[in-house]
Amino acid sequence: MTALNRILFRDLWHMRSQALAIAVVMACGVATYVMSLSTLESLQQTRRTYYERYRFADVFTSLKRAPNALAPRLAQIPGVGQVQTRIVVDVTLDVAGLSEPAVGRIISLPHHGEPTLNRLHLRRGRQIDPTRRGEVLVSEAFADAHKLGPGDHVDAVINERLQQLNIVGVVLSPEYIFQIRGGEVLPDDKRFGVFWMSYDQLAPAYDLDGAFNNVTLRLMAGASQPEVIRQLDNLTRPYGGVGAYGRNDQVSHRYLSDEIKQLHNMGVIAPAIFLGVAAFLLNVVLGRIIQTQREQIAAIKAFGYTHVEVGVHYLKLALMIAGVGLVLGVIVGVWMGHNLAELYTQYYRFPVLQYRLNPGLIASVTLIATAAAAVGALGSVWRAAFLPPAEAMRPEPPSGYHATIVERLGLQRYVSAPARMVMRQIERRPWKAALSSLGIAMAVAVLVLGNFSVDALDYLMAFQFDTAQRQDMTVTFVEPTTGDAVYGVGHLPGVRHVEPFRAVPVRLRAGHYDRRVSIMGLVRSPDLFRLLDTHERVIELPPEGLVVSRKLADLLHVTPGQLVTVEVMEGQRPVRRVPVAALLEDFSGTNAYMRIDALQAFMHEGPTVSGAFITTDANRNDTLYRTLKRTPRVAGVTVKHAALESFRNTIAQNMLQMQFFNMLFACVIAIGVVYNTARVSLSERSRELATLRVLGFTRAEISSILLGELAIVTAVAIPVGLVIGYGLAALLAIGLDTEMYRIPLIIDRSTYGFAATTVIVASVISGLIVRRRLDRLDLIAALKSRE
Amino acid sequence: MTERQTAPADPEPPSTPSIVGDAVFVARGLTKVYRMGEVEVHALRGVDMELYAGELMVLLGPSGSGKSTLLNILGGLDVPTSGTVSYQDHDLTVLDDAALTRYRREHVGFVFQFYNLIPSLTARENVSLVTEIAADPMDPADALAIVGLGERLDHFPAQLSGGEQQRVAIARAIAKQPDVLLCDEPTGALDAATGIVVLEALERVNRELGTTTAVITHNAVIAKMADRVVTLSAGVIADERHNDRKTAARELSW
Repeated sequence: MTALNRILFRDLWHMRSQALAIAVVMACGVATYVMSLSTLESLQQTRRTYYERYRFADVFTSLKRAPNALAPRLAQIPGVGQVQTRIVVDVTLDVAGLSEPAVGRIISLPHHGEPTLNRLHLRRGRQIDPTRRGEVLVSEAFADAHKLGPGDHVDAVINERLQQLNIVGVVLSPEYIFQIRGGEVLPDDKRFGVFWMSYDQLAPAYDLDGAFNNVTLRLMAGASQPEVIRQLDNLTRPYGGVGAYGRNDQVSHRYLSDEIKQLHNMGVIAPAIFLGVAAFLLNVVLGRIIQTQREQIAAIKAFGYTHVEVGVHYLKLALMIAGVGLVLGVIVGVWMGHNLAELYTQYYRFPVLQYRLNPGLIASVTLIATAAAAVGALGSVWRAAFLPPAEAMRPEPPSGYHATIVERLGLQRYVSAPARMVMRQIERRPWKAALSSLGIAMAVAVLVLGNFSVDALDYLMAFQFDTAQRQDMTVTFVEPTTGDAVYGVGHLPGVRHVEPFRAVPVRLRAGHYDRRVSIMGLVRSPDLFRLLDTHERVIELPPEGLVVSRKLADLLHVTPGQLVTVEVMEGQRPVRRVPVAALLEDFSGTNAYMRIDALQAFMHEGPTVSGAFITTDANRNDTLYRTLKRTPRVAGVTVKHAALESFRNTIAQNMLQMQFFNMLFACVIAIGVVYNTARVSLSERSRELATLRVLGFTRAEISSILLGELAIVTAVAIPVGLVIGYGLAALLAIGLDTEMYRIPLIIDRSTYGFAATTVIVASVISGLIVRRRLDRLDLIAALKSRE
Repeated sequence: MTERQTAPADPEPPSTPSIVGDAVFVARGLTKVYRMGEVEVHALRGVDMELYAGELMVLLGPSGSGKSTLLNILGGLDVPTSGTVSYQDHDLTVLDDAALTRYRREHVGFVFQFYNLIPSLTARENVSLVTEIAADPMDPADALAIVGLGERLDHFPAQLSGGEQQRVAIARAIAKQPDVLLCDEPTGALDAATGIVVLEALERVNRELGTTTAVITHNAVIAKMADRVVTLSAGVIADERHNDRKTAARELSW
């Protein structure tokens, strides 16, 4: 080993706690990068393979009833590779152990063999035998939620008749990687399940022999999806087609894409914060080392070492610290990536979620971490390399100080001498103080940002499911039906209040923009399903015209007063222009609302309803559920409370885990910054502090001088961090302003309190660790030597 | 600064110990053993000595003779391995760290070879650093006037010469009106001319304020301005003598 390298290792050992603190900050950046991006790549790769191998369709549509003879015509649309026609129906389920009814989606399987598209992956059991009655395959998510397996059965109301579904196999489908019922906001594996059944058994029950009501297509390479959709819509319109959509509007695909997008954001933002802080810390610590080693540098140069050799020597020190952080970060990142992938298997159902680490990712993170370290070290390395030896032999001249702004304002008599020392120290190097503050502020911001999603979600849940929607259940009918049905629901046991609604699938057009949505027809002054804007004000529906989500208006580029073309996708399919009466700031979906009577008039129909919102007597719910499960007309029942609870339970644990990591990350940053800043201050000022001790100052008094600077830096950092956190949250809210969700910019006061407290505690702890070194201050040595 | 102009300078220093009173410090059988790695260093090997109220004592000796160790023990910065040292009625060897800190704070003024000024504080503020925690301090400006720096109150250390910095250090030491002033090689880092100006300041403080003063030096010339000279050699007192006739600092040269 060369002498220079020996110095390197000894220096590194000497500054090990500081080096470790920096390496850990760096490791956090590397770990979040590796975790996010490796999981992202794994998800993407797995999804791609899954889609390919199981032939996930590109275009989807449903219709009322079309003869099988239409299928070859669909296959002839230019660009269409394969066509799979099928039957898809939603039914009411009665599952043992679940008092409320669940919704089952039954999808037909072709007479012989596997479906061409959206093939199934058999997890357990066997394929169905079309000759045996009532055999079904069930989605794994639903099976797991109810601990169902081959040999178990559930009861279903299939076209007004109760039928037993015998489970023979548990499967996965690329269509339901994320299992959620379209139109619902929350996934609920207990109350929504997907089943596959022989076409020959399903078709007769719905009078669909020789016909189908659902089509999926796979496109050939280079095909134009919009053009295929246009032609498909033209062909299916006569058969009650409700409009086709591509993968981007397929619910499961879209959720997964959103997740991938979020991972990507996380993989960029978090590492940027951590590596920025690490670079700053390297700059501060290395700067101090070079200051204390001036004479050593001079001697080395006097012996004949070149500028470059000296520069490289100090650069190596930075790179070795970065190297430790890199190795640590990669190990932790891979471990966390594994865990995250594991966690994803709870939500996203893949045959195998193969966690794979791309060597290119390691290469890129090595490059990034090295660059961050080099940027941090650059200034100091430069100074060391070009320090003239003769000048370096002399100790650095005493630092120049000036009166601070406080004194220039004539306020000095209110400030004690120790306080002035603190103030001048800060004023002499404002950039260092400002960057320290910024570093600590980032810790605060990380916490605010982390808790923001919890706060926003809490608020959203309460807003949507307590304030706006006050029903206990939503009952939907198989077909739009007469107002009598509502009367019938009102007389079910335990039902207290009923509010009918009419939902009509439509395509809204304005210029060359269009969107598929449902127009929701609501009673005049709804009591259960209320329209509220983001300020929780009740929005009254006008007698005519639409009230639409602000997001929908943006997508269609319309403003209140303008007309949109409404193309109805069911019944007589009227097409008319309707004015947009008002916009609604809401948090989920792209919604359009109308007064129910206006909608019925528009549809040229009598008092037709699609379903009803109800409130119930909780004591009689069991009786009500039993009745609903056997009511043929009822296609589905959504029990708000149950869905909400199951969702909360699922995410509660993850939220807790996320909060733990946020706290850990914030503490790493705060401790890294405070500890290193304090160590550097101590090194710069130990002689001064020892002098004060000799002059009769107590430990507490000199501690307050050393830590006072940090206290001020931290005190400034906290409000700054809260503001940065708020800003980042606002950016995030804008970034997440999608058709599916709008995140309200709601940050609870307790989040600010929590962020500030955590960072203060972390700062105090690191301050105290450094303070212990003051007890070991060598008073006599400080007096005997020059700085 | 007014004081310097109005106080008449003594034409001739008194020929005998002027206001020497009772012993302020009494040390008996002081030994100090350091461990330097695997080697034991005997810095003091049984020292008996006193320091009397109001006197100016010079502790002379080559480097390594133990004089700094002795001064540090008197100043409450260090404790002896064995032996006793008492300050007035207090046994310094039994005091804990907090009590030693209080002792330094209330009774001792220090002047160091390298001044040890706080670079971020002006001359006046360096002095007020001490007066703020003292029971009966003088005005910082007055203390600086005594050492001849009445004009440079608001200069930072970086704006002062070495001699001026050391005089600020003396002002800082005397401003709290200490009972004893301990100076460790106060001219060690200065050239002769500047050193003499500093010594004059010390002489003046001892004479006008009656502050008991001990000065450590390896420069034998300085011994001529003392009331009493104690010479240390290899950890023991080799010689002790009274100056029948003190030489004024300004007449010294080396």
